[in-house]
Amino acid sequence: MNVLMAGVGGQGIILASDMLSEVMMRYGFDVKKSEIHGMAQRGGSVMSHVRYSGNVASPLIPFRSCDILLSFEELETARYLAYLKEDARVIINSYRLSPPSVISGSRDYPDIIPIIRERTDRIYMVDGHAIAEEMGNPRGVNIVLLGTLSTFLEPEEGLWVECINFMLNEKIRSMNIEGFMKGRQVNIQ
Amino acid sequence: MKKLLSGNEAIAAGAYEAGVSFACAYPGTPSTEVLETIAKEYPHIHAEWTPNEKVALEVAAGASYAGARTIAVMKHVGVNVAADPLMTLPYTLIRGGFVLVSADDPELFSSQNEQDNRHYARFAKIPMLEPSSSQEAKDFMKEAIRISERFETLVMLRTTTRIAHSLGVVELDEASEQRAPALERHPAEWVMLPANARRRHPVIEERIRSLRAYSNASSLNITDMADTSLGIISSGVAYQYAREAFPEASFLKLGMAYPLPDEIIRDFAGKVDELWVVEELDGFIEEQVKAMGIDCHGKDRLPMCGELTPDIVKNVISGRDADPIREYALPGRPPSMCPGCPHRGLLWALKRNKCFIAGDIGCYTLGFLPPLDAIDTCLCMGAGINHAHGMSKVFGAGKEKIAAVIGDSTFFHSGITGLANLAYNKGAAVIVILDNRTTAMTGSQNHPGTGITIRGEQTTSLDLEKLVRALGIDWVRVVDPYDVKKTRKEIKEALAFVGPAVIISRAPCVLLKSRTVSGRVLYVDPDICTGCKVCIGLGCPAIEFADEKAHINDMCVGCGVCSELCSVNAIGGGK
Repeated sequence: MNVLMAGVGGQGIILASDMLSEVMMRYGFDVKKSEIHGMAQRGGSVMSHVRYSGNVASPLIPFRSCDILLSFEELETARYLAYLKEDARVIINSYRLSPPSVISGSRDYPDIIPIIRERTDRIYMVDGHAIAEEMGNPRGVNIVLLGTLSTFLEPEEGLWVECINFMLNEKIRSMNIEGFMKGRQVNIQ
Repeated sequence: MKKLLSGNEAIAAGAYEAGVSFACAYPGTPSTEVLETIAKEYPHIHAEWTPNEKVALEVAAGASYAGARTIAVMKHVGVNVAADPLMTLPYTLIRGGFVLVSADDPELFSSQNEQDNRHYARFAKIPMLEPSSSQEAKDFMKEAIRISERFETLVMLRTTTRIAHSLGVVELDEASEQRAPALERHPAEWVMLPANARRRHPVIEERIRSLRAYSNASSLNITDMADTSLGIISSGVAYQYAREAFPEASFLKLGMAYPLPDEIIRDFAGKVDELWVVEELDGFIEEQVKAMGIDCHGKDRLPMCGELTPDIVKNVISGRDADPIREYALPGRPPSMCPGCPHRGLLWALKRNKCFIAGDIGCYTLGFLPPLDAIDTCLCMGAGINHAHGMSKVFGAGKEKIAAVIGDSTFFHSGITGLANLAYNKGAAVIVILDNRTTAMTGSQNHPGTGITIRGEQTTSLDLEKLVRALGIDWVRVVDPYDVKKTRKEIKEALAFVGPAVIISRAPCVLLKSRTVSGRVLYVDPDICTGCKVCIGLGCPAIEFADEKAHINDMCVGCGVCSELCSVNAIGGGK
């Protein structure tokens, strides 16, 4: 399985992809994950490749091989279409963060849904920000989206919770498990 | 026990398991997390941030001479800084196992070039191991320590960004015991005077011959025969891409990439119909294979620039391009300075004073991007001060407005000698030290100016003003870059001064707890805003422009620089 997470630096993509990797290792898979740190963190585009199977060679997902794209920001979804398998599933956080050219008014924020439809019809929108804000944890969007992603994957709820407990310190555990559960309950359309 | 580790974390685990007791580094993407992991996870290993990589390699050499197992860690361009000791260290006797970790950055994710540091191993005549996964990063570190002690030589462990920053499953083992230090004297092997060095050179040549024999017998190099119509020689992450692309092919995977196992290569080449060498960047292995008289494909088809991917390897070797996937010209999202970054107001003020701005290596290099367009040069650590001096000397004092910006950590790394030169040679450039109290670009590491060690202990802190004055600079001012008007005025005075001038722009990085911004979001009064776009010129991600007005979004941290610039006072709140 190849899962790609996409978004903007600071959205918590690295932590979410770490958690997915931990879950899949404990589930018994070989796992590799790759992303870029450093300069790209400063508000730039971020993508994280997570691959798991009996034996993973490349840490990068080859083109046309991604099973699920979890996107934290609408525009970012459209950057990685070359990775998608035919009929790949695309989960999109309905959230727009304007890039510099849009901020300065020189370009419009593009409508990306028609572009994605050229590759796949299996598009699922999730309002992660609304859910996270309702819980009073606006920074917890990543864990909400991870919850939604988890409903597409084999491991059961208990293993996910075990990994969240393992990876987060005590103070923020219950808040994040609540966010994860809310994400699992999203009625995907 | 199994654990998911990045290549860097695995190197740290390997150092621990190998009985390493001394580790030092200067932070640099993609190598930084090796020392951070050691400092956090392995309290029995002494860890230190050194001011630069030359210091790191020399300190580590001292530790090895004293008998400790030692590592020095740096990014690829850091090895250039350490190249002076690197070239002579192989002449000297190594006691405690001594490994140089060099992390290369193909594709330049966070670097100024994409040099291939494998050449350094051949240049310095030291063995080099190249892991292709996190598990190997750990295992090869341990093997590198063993090779170092057995052959009494420095060993290079070379990674790339995709190894250093990728996560993989690693089986952890027990740690070996650390070596007890003992003071010894080996003047004939440690004092590199011509007479001694002349005697040591043949030792190196003989050692490389022995290492080649070792490489031919080593389990680091693995032959895996399958379909013999295609044979691939590869190493590092390129091996994984080739495996992914051609799972049925025969492989010679090189864990020891220098010196190469010539007998194994000859044997493998003889068994396959078509031979390819798949490697990122230069044809380092390929050229040596060809020098053995073996015909193969490699850089005649594979790119020398950027990183490889499974798709590039597949398309090039198969000679078939996959159907292109339609691409859209989406608005880009380049990295930018954070909202509230203290560099923004300072660069804006320099720009307003119409300065040519020689830049350096750090977050402020991002000031190059529009709309600030504030950085005019960026070469390597410490170069900016020297660029400014050279240029202003050519023009003569007072002719052109030449300035340089350099961060505090970069200044301690390699700016001090440049500033001494500027004073000594009667320069007239304006040098701004962007003192944000950290090494920000690599994720906030301490340095000799912060008064805190890598493990969070209090220590002495270098006094920048005193240091600058001691170097011979008399005109020194300290400014708060959030006070843009005052800053602009000070820059004007510095430019008017005949002689070298230094401005220390002091405000903690906005990502530090000690930051001085309020954290409160500012707002634009739409009835007052005239849509003049002066604030947009700051390039702050928190200021948007729509419907002919500026708007401030919730990324704002209330630094107030935009409100100072606003001529109609439309921006309120915050401070």
